[in-house]
Formats: sequence, structure tokens, C-alpha cells
Amino acid sequence: MKLLIKNGHVIDPGNKIDEIMDILAEDGKISKVTRGIDVKADTVIDAADKIVMPGIVDMHVHLREPGREDKETVFSGTKAAAKGGVTSVLAMPNTLPSIDSAGVIKMLSDIIKKTANVGVFICGAITMERTGKKLTDIAALKKQGVIAISDDGNSIDSDELMWQALKEAKKEKLLVICHSEDKSLSGKGVVNLGITSTRLGLRGIPKESEYKRVARDIMLAEKSGANVHIAHVSCGESVEIIRKAKKKGVKVTAETAPHYFGLNEEDLLDYNTNMKVNPPLRTKDDVLAVREGLKDSTIDVIASDHAPHTENEKEIEFEHAEFGSTGLETELAVSVTELVSREVLTWSELVKKISLNPANVLRIDKGTLGPGKDADIAIISADKEWVVNKVGFASKSKNSAFIGRKLKGAVEYTIYKGKVIYKA
Amino acid sequence: MTKKKTAKWFHKDLLGLEYLSKEDIELLLDTAESFREILNRKIKKVPALRGKTVVNLFYEPSTRTRVSFEVAAKRLSADVINIAVESSSVRKGETLNDTGKNIEALKADIIVVRHNCSGAANMLGRNVNISVINAGDGWHEHPTQALLDMFTLRKKTGRLEGLNVSIVGDIAHSRVARSNIWGLTKFGAKVTVCAPDILIPPGIEKMNVKITGNIDEALGEADAINVLRMQFERDDMKAFPSQLEYFKKFGITEERLKKAKKGIIVMHPGPINRGVEISSEVADGANSVILEQVTNGIAVRMAVLFWVSQAKP
Repeated sequence: MKLLIKNGHVIDPGNKIDEIMDILAEDGKISKVTRGIDVKADTVIDAADKIVMPGIVDMHVHLREPGREDKETVFSGTKAAAKGGVTSVLAMPNTLPSIDSAGVIKMLSDIIKKTANVGVFICGAITMERTGKKLTDIAALKKQGVIAISDDGNSIDSDELMWQALKEAKKEKLLVICHSEDKSLSGKGVVNLGITSTRLGLRGIPKESEYKRVARDIMLAEKSGANVHIAHVSCGESVEIIRKAKKKGVKVTAETAPHYFGLNEEDLLDYNTNMKVNPPLRTKDDVLAVREGLKDSTIDVIASDHAPHTENEKEIEFEHAEFGSTGLETELAVSVTELVSREVLTWSELVKKISLNPANVLRIDKGTLGPGKDADIAIISADKEWVVNKVGFASKSKNSAFIGRKLKGAVEYTIYKGKVIYKA
Repeated sequence: MTKKKTAKWFHKDLLGLEYLSKEDIELLLDTAESFREILNRKIKKVPALRGKTVVNLFYEPSTRTRVSFEVAAKRLSADVINIAVESSSVRKGETLNDTGKNIEALKADIIVVRHNCSGAANMLGRNVNISVINAGDGWHEHPTQALLDMFTLRKKTGRLEGLNVSIVGDIAHSRVARSNIWGLTKFGAKVTVCAPDILIPPGIEKMNVKITGNIDEALGEADAINVLRMQFERDDMKAFPSQLEYFKKFGITEERLKKAKKGIIVMHPGPINRGVEISSEVADGANSVILEQVTNGIAVRMAVLFWVSQAKP
């Protein structure tokens, strides 16, 4: 099976390529990236005026299977991924049951083998049932194939237990992804604490609940020497703490989600529950700080934090609605609109944040288009504008914070292991 | 009302004073002025809403607001239906949207909703085509209360612009405070909020109010004072000293009033806690307009019901 992509603007920061080239893939692998490839292929795609990039590696995705198949499944979630130009996802462990034992991982692996449309990697839980009480058998999880551990959705309150987890993770050479939140401060809050919580009459979540825990997680990371990754950075203070730690040489990486650089707290003044996310949308200044953090490489990764929920869980009173927005199908376009168009990042830098860096953080052989690599490719119309519509999501859920937004940048093709899995 | 006769009202719903212009509010207050006259007549009824149905949908126990809306609707010849819903079982049973759509299917014209969740009226307004009037949602807004406060102030002083109004009490959890701030500041009144620190919500200075923790300072320049009901039983009050302590530091007493401007207007949205936030002497005294507020509330709600029912679809 040969696939030939002609005349595309290939952006592959992993190989320092940023020019018009052709790409040939054979039997699922990239075989050649050069100018003027002239061979007979089973599929030929004319990518003139389009950007050809390594498929997106989204390291923060809630596929909800097993347990909440009414929100999303491996099948529907990876369909949504394909539609969004995403070819690898890291499935977070807050499922029912949690991904906290070899048995559950085996079950999930089988489902992935049978139904996944893109590459699905598994993130195991740090503690049993993600309750922050008792460590999982981290060595067993690793043996069963998880590539990272996290209690995402929860933070481990006990410093002692977190310390143990990091030592264990270091031994097993596993990445620890931190949902950094001090719930004694965030409490029953639902929006950013400040003028917005006051104006809406809702309980607030202070930034301290995030950055105080970011600071702890980084301190423990430094001491333990484990690889720590801070998930969904939303505020300026967190960015600054991570910046300082990196300068000091701490092994820490960080990620943010499109809603933290594309939306701010003022966008939810009409109680739009799709914008109810955790951490909450912050101030305009925080948005600028997050963008600055992306620009100066304090924040390494853009990941969607794709969090599907049913309408029953969202079309209710704001304080009762679930936290989370879907994101797989909009993350690239939001990034193009809010970062590339605003000249925060170049296209090449964006590809780094959304494809190359997450692959490196996860230590998976993805995110570049070099010969011999998996032919995971996204082809993009960079200037095409479209409006996010509630109708037409591939995801089972429709709770996108960006519904109604006009975005720039449209996925034309998604190719996974040399096969076209999505075509606009 | 004569000069505003040509004015138009474009809002299907009344969700909060944040969403109204000064002109909108002026129209409501002027209209309330003429309805206020009707309340003094022998026959206190006009046919403005004849054939219309108003549903009072209350998820929180409330006597005065509910009755006030009921009286207002009846004075306008509307049919009134009261629905009281147990709010403790929010996640069980019918959703607010479904209840709203059912009321719409019953061919009611206006839903007056009181709910313990902030934003509940906004959500309902988005989801039904008939009019929604917010009778208080969580800590968010209570627009008709603020309108009646403003109506009372305007009636007493002849103006709102430049008026110094101090709101005293639990600002953090008060929808009355928020609606008053939105409404009064749109007219150029100078609003001060006065409370212990933990009852001042963060960022409120951005709503163009002055903040003080000193009651004498709040009373000093005030032309009027709006005393909020204190609810010590709520969970969020755990960190709060004591009821007695509060009365000592913030209670509105005769001694304190003596140091204030002569003729200072004392308002309270009710129900009053005598001896908790206000002394009986003040509540019943010459400066108090608390009962006038209740009467004015009917006129204001008549105006709101009237204009909302006139809204262009």
C-alpha cells in the first residue's frame, strides 16, 4: 500500500522541515520526504496550498470507556480525534472502574484493539480508585503497558503519598501527570474567584488552589527526580512557578488546553455550562500569561482535556453541571486562531507543541515525519474559516465551549498508519 | 408615563438589572408610578393583562415576593397559578427546563421564577419562548426588589443621580445587593457596600462601589441605607463570629442614626430580623420606609409584568 502526498507545505519541526515537499508512505510507514516524488501510489493526495504536519498527539483525553459509554467510547472518541487531525491520544484513567489494576488495563486494551480509530495509549491511576488513599501497583501497571500515571480529576492531598508515588514512578521510569488542585481551597467553587464569581453569584475557585499545588508537585518532583508533567495550566502564577523550576533544571513539563488561551472568564457571563471547566476559565491577564508561557517554552504541550458529558449533565443549573468541554475536534483550529493568527506561535512552533513535544514527553515514537516513522499525518487548510456547530460532532457528546465560534484552520485529511481515516 | 408612551420594550425576559439600560429602567419606574396610583383607588384593578396567565414558579420558600407578584398580576386582571417546588431534590425529578417547557405547553404567558441556583432564570429564559421574570436566583439578582428600592428612593428624594446609598450586610450572598448595585450605578448614584471582610465578595469594587468595614463611615454621607437580612444559619457563615458581635459592629440602631444625615432613608428588603441587623426602634421609626417598599413592590411588579407581556417576539 502506497500513499503519496504531493506539493504540501510540510511542517515537521522534529526534522527541521518547513517547506513544500512530497511525502511517500509505504505499508503504514513514511518512506520518503523530499521534493518531486514521482511514483505510482494507491492513493495520491494533492496537498497544494495545504499544510502537512505530523498527526496531533493529544496527551489529555477522556474516552470514558469503560463505564460511561453514554458520554463517549473508544470508538466515538477516536472518531472525534480523527476529525480533529489527532492520531494519538492518551486515555485518562478516571473511568468506571478507574484504570488502577492490570485487569482493567487488559480489558481496555482489548477494547482499543477492537474499536480504536487512532493510536490510544493508556494512562494508569496513581492511587486505587483515584481516591488518594492507597497507591496502585505501579510496576504492574507499567508491565501491562501504561505509559504514564495520573489521578487526573483529583490531586493527591497527602504529601507523603505523593512522595511515595514519585519515587515509585522514578523507579519504573514512568511519567507522572499532575492534576494540581488543592480542593480545600477550590471547595464547591465553579468559576474563577473574583469579579466573575461575584457578578454571577457563584462560588469561586481561587488561583491559589492551582498554583500552590503546582508548586508542591514541582518541589517533590525536584527532590525525587521523577518526570513530572503539570496538566491544564490555567493561570499566570502557575506559569511563573514552572518557568522558574525549568530555569533551575527541574525535570518538569507542562501543558495547557485551548480554552485557557482561547477563552476567559468573561465569556461565561451568560452561564454557559459548556464553559464550566476545571480549572476554571481565568482572567484576560491569565490568558496572556498562558500565551506567553507557550511562546517562551515554559509550557511545552497543547492538549485538549477532551471531557465529554451528556446533555442531561450540562443543560442544567450552572452549579450542578459537570465540569469539562470536548476539545478533540476543535483544538487545532483554536490554536491556529488564537496562537498562530495572533503571532504568539509560528506554525512550526504550534506543530511542536501539539504533535512533537507531547510525543517526546510521553516517550512514544510519534510526532515526526521522518523515514521509518508511522505515517500519522494531518493535512490542514490553514486559512479556511468555519463555525463550530453543535450539530455534526463526531464525539458522542456536544459540550464544546467553542460552539458558535468562528475558527480558522480546517482539517482536510487525517492519515493514521498510512491510511486515510478522515476526509473533510 | 405620558412622555414615555412611545417608548418600546424589547426584552422578552427580565433576568437582571445588569442586562437593562438606564432607559429601560426609567420606563419601568415611570410605568410603576402610574400603577402606584391605581393602588389607592377604590377599585384597584385594570384590564391590562386580561386573558393572560402568570405562573409563579417558586423553588424557594418565599411569601412576600410571591404574594407581591400574585397581587400585581391580579391587579392587572391576569390569571395566576402558584407552583411551589421542593428544591432539596434538584437532581431528582423534572429538570427546570422541562418544567418550564411544560408550563409553556400549558399556554401560560409569563413565568415568574424564584430559584436557589444563580443563573437559573437565565437558563429558563433561553429555553422557553414565553417570558421569564426573575424573582430571585441564588446570589445573582433580584431585579424587582432593586426596582422597588429605586422606585421608593426616587419617590422620596425625587432623584437617583448623585444619591449616596449604602448597602449594609451580607453582600457576598445577596442578590438584592447585586441588583441594587447594577441599577443604582446606571443612574449615577454612589453606592457603598458595608460588611465584615468575609461578606464582601472579591472584585466587587469593579462594579463601581465603595467598600467599607466601618458602619459609621457607611452612614456618614448616606442619603439612604439598605439593610440586608442576615442569615447566620447558612454554611458559609461558619467562619463568622456571632450574631451579637455582628449587631454590635453593624446593627442599625438609633444611636448610629443620630450621627447620620438627618432624614436618612432606611430600607430593608424583608423579612426583617429585629435585633439582628436592625433595631426595632429603627425598623418602626420615622426614617424607615420598609412598609412603603412593600406597597411600591406591587406597582413595580405590575410595571414589569405589563412591559414583559408587551415585548415584541
